[in-house]
Amino acid sequence: MGGDGGTRGGLIVFSYFLRKILYAIPVLLGVNILTFSLFFVLNSPDDMARAQLGNKYVTPTMISQWKVSHQYDLPLYYNETQTGLAKWTDTLLFKKSLAQFTFQFGNSDQGRNINADISQRMWPSLAIAVPTLILEIIVNIGFALMLIFFRYTSFELTAVLICVALMSISGLFYIIGGQYLFAKVLKLVPISGYETGLDAWHFLILPIMIGVISGIGSGTRWYRSIFMEEISKDYVRTARAKGLSEVAVLFRHVLKNGMLPILTSVVVIIPTLFMGSLLLESFFGIPGLGSYMIDAIRAQDFAIVRTMVFLGTVFYVLGLILTDLTYLWVDPRVRLE
Amino acid sequence: MHPHRNIYTASQNDAPLEDSLSGASLSAGSREGVAASFVATSPYQPSPHDYLIQHLSVGTCTQAEQKIILNDVNLAIPHGKTLALVGESGSGKSLTALSIIQLLPTGLAYGDKSQIYVDELSILDLPEHAMQQVRGKNIGFIFQEPMTALNPVLTIGQQLAETLTWHHIAVQNISSKGQVKSYINKAFSNLQKDQYHFLAALLFSLGITEPMRCLHCYPHQLSGGMKQRVMIAMALVAEPSFLIADEPTTAVDVTVQAQILSLLRQIQKERALSMLFITHDLSVVKQVADDIAVMYRGQIVEYADVATFFGSPQHPYSQQLFAAIPSYEKRGCLLPVLGEEGGIKLSPLSKEQDNQVLLEVKDLCIYFPIKQGLFRRTVEVVKAVDNVSFQLCGGETLAVVGESGSGKTTLAKAIMGLLTISSGNILYADSAVEFSKKSDIQMVFQDPYSSLNPKMLVADIIVEGLRARGERIKNAAKLPAVFKLLDQVGLPKESCNRYPHEFSGGQRQRIAIARALILSPKILLLDEPTSALDLSMQAQVLNLLKTLQQELQLSYLFITHNLSVMSYFADRALVMQNGHLVEQGSIESILFSPEHLYTQTLVKYAQV
Repeated sequence: MGGDGGTRGGLIVFSYFLRKILYAIPVLLGVNILTFSLFFVLNSPDDMARAQLGNKYVTPTMISQWKVSHQYDLPLYYNETQTGLAKWTDTLLFKKSLAQFTFQFGNSDQGRNINADISQRMWPSLAIAVPTLILEIIVNIGFALMLIFFRYTSFELTAVLICVALMSISGLFYIIGGQYLFAKVLKLVPISGYETGLDAWHFLILPIMIGVISGIGSGTRWYRSIFMEEISKDYVRTARAKGLSEVAVLFRHVLKNGMLPILTSVVVIIPTLFMGSLLLESFFGIPGLGSYMIDAIRAQDFAIVRTMVFLGTVFYVLGLILTDLTYLWVDPRVRLE
Repeated sequence: MHPHRNIYTASQNDAPLEDSLSGASLSAGSREGVAASFVATSPYQPSPHDYLIQHLSVGTCTQAEQKIILNDVNLAIPHGKTLALVGESGSGKSLTALSIIQLLPTGLAYGDKSQIYVDELSILDLPEHAMQQVRGKNIGFIFQEPMTALNPVLTIGQQLAETLTWHHIAVQNISSKGQVKSYINKAFSNLQKDQYHFLAALLFSLGITEPMRCLHCYPHQLSGGMKQRVMIAMALVAEPSFLIADEPTTAVDVTVQAQILSLLRQIQKERALSMLFITHDLSVVKQVADDIAVMYRGQIVEYADVATFFGSPQHPYSQQLFAAIPSYEKRGCLLPVLGEEGGIKLSPLSKEQDNQVLLEVKDLCIYFPIKQGLFRRTVEVVKAVDNVSFQLCGGETLAVVGESGSGKTTLAKAIMGLLTISSGNILYADSAVEFSKKSDIQMVFQDPYSSLNPKMLVADIIVEGLRARGERIKNAAKLPAVFKLLDQVGLPKESCNRYPHEFSGGQRQRIAIARALILSPKILLLDEPTSALDLSMQAQVLNLLKTLQQELQLSYLFITHNLSVMSYFADRALVMQNGHLVEQGSIESILFSPEHLYTQTLVKYAQV
């Protein structure tokens, strides 16, 4: 591997990802326009105003006043009263939907600054989501390797049955059961709420724990099947013929190969961690982006919902691009030609 | 331990049958046929330094049903000698090898009287942790498929050094060339430096010219031959005294095979290794082995030194194996089929051929573009087939020979219309091949295990061609044409309602042939139709193809890398190398007066 090949390889990687990012633009544009038609055509600004003002005693004047004050009084996608480019730009499509590409989301229908809300609320979301993800991966891989070590025994069979049982229980049960046991009966942590700064851990530890436990069943079973496929491959037999012990075979050979599909599936969701968890946050009263979304839906504040849908798409596309990059990084067989 | 236990009685060769069989602890009652009537033992008086396998039996251990897979196997590999273990797939060769290093697949167990001695250790008495010391260190293992037997995400260096580290083998710094040395000094810690010097020297001795670069490569970056050399290096790293090679040359080309075999022979001499060499190919046995043991259905049926065996094989099964090898001398006859009653006879076969040209390929070129950069510009082309011209006449068999990557399969795909032609013409009976004409040319693929849809019934597989042509067939299993075809390819009518996995490899290839014949083609493209099959299956499929050719006046374009099959089966041959057609002519001229250097090499290797 000379330096020459390195630079050329770097160029190939760069142009590959540049192309991927260019591909992402039409995807985002499509999602943007679809969301726009859902939120503005099916649910017209008049309906929005009525919902915001309360359904009783709403006069047409009140509706138009509300529309003017929230800048919903523009035509949908073509403004005949304007001249030149403004015919297109001075419209709802441009001002409310396409403007999201600048990541300036403006005010919510209730008058709050969405950008400020997001930058404040993403931290509690991350404080739950990141530790949950990391612990989940470690715990599930650990359990999966243990099942592989004891494969074809009654221990494994029992464990798989328990996994299926754990999978079959609703997430709500884990949340409510956990709150009851650890907060109400044992009184180890508060039931719900949040505090800024380092003291937040009182409030975070239970949701994180429940997030991890509720994922053990499906995660362990999935990782087990990945490792199980690896362990029947020829290179594992070669490793055993070298004299390696079963544990060494698992950790040096099986784990490393099995990590490829696991890593890439995890990388996809890393950017979306910003969005927080809808269920956990609303049940534990965590002021993150998940509960922000729930509150917005409840209050029919569609400016926030549109923003979150757009952000979700951006993060997911970003996740897919990161996945490609990870593959390139961890799997020596993947090369860009 | 028990180094002096001598299980062979004074006169081995005439040991009574009962005595031999009584060694097996599992019941041998279900065995019948040729195998049971003849149990062979070693021609040698074993010495304590030999590697011994005594009364080895392996079977399933479930209570409900006991199935014996290996039955009283007795082998002795004298110090510094090679024993070839020969048999067809499913005969238990590989299982014998795995049982020596105690790596039986789950669900199998050793019989009570089984004994294995390696370096005066009674292997089967060793617990797992002691066994781990023996694997790799006392016994080196070379696996069949280097593509899958190497870990894809670790470098060659990491995989080789692992054995050194695991067995705590200290290596001395062997001085290597200056340039390599300075490179290593920069990159590694002292221990790694020493290990990599040692490994580089080892790889170099195995014929890898850039060992240091190879150590930093991942398996997929190496060619098949290189990977097999790495595999051999992996078995030799800890300098074992006993080597097990499980079909080490099956996955590589003829020329590479010859190199690997001579390499194995050489290291075995240099290091005074004992070797158990497993193969299904009788032609390689002569090149490497001192003794040969023939295995059939889990039993050793013949055991002799190589000269005696090749001079006069004793057991009927061995004789049948020899008879089933296709060769130039057996042309015009059907090959004898294994297990057939009434001994071995060659039945003559007449053949008609007209000189009317059915298919003509003119200046055919197929290039694959390599695209790069942001806008996918074409920067280079791979010339998969370059300027190839030939003719195929009615009733003729034209062989296309060459190594993997020479463009044989690309050529076949182009004739089928599955690829875009870069330039040149393919003319079928005086007109360029059109889509509507396609049913006149059909293809039979290489691997019958993957070329048949596992979710479709045999009848549906066979009539799929008719359906694709637009015919409406409601119940394929009731179509008389299907029965007729099944009968023609030698399968029972009941096969209709079964799935491909219920058939053996040879039977599946018959299904594939029936599928091709339903459209009554004039030309069959046969892409290595027997390379995935055993010798006996190969003989059956070749016989079937010969009979069908006679009955249906078919022309064959027969792609193969096996020269003995070619010389038995084909009338004319094309020799391809790197996309070029280097030589074409009658079988006689290719075999007996090859002009091109490459053809001469091929013929030379095939005749060894």
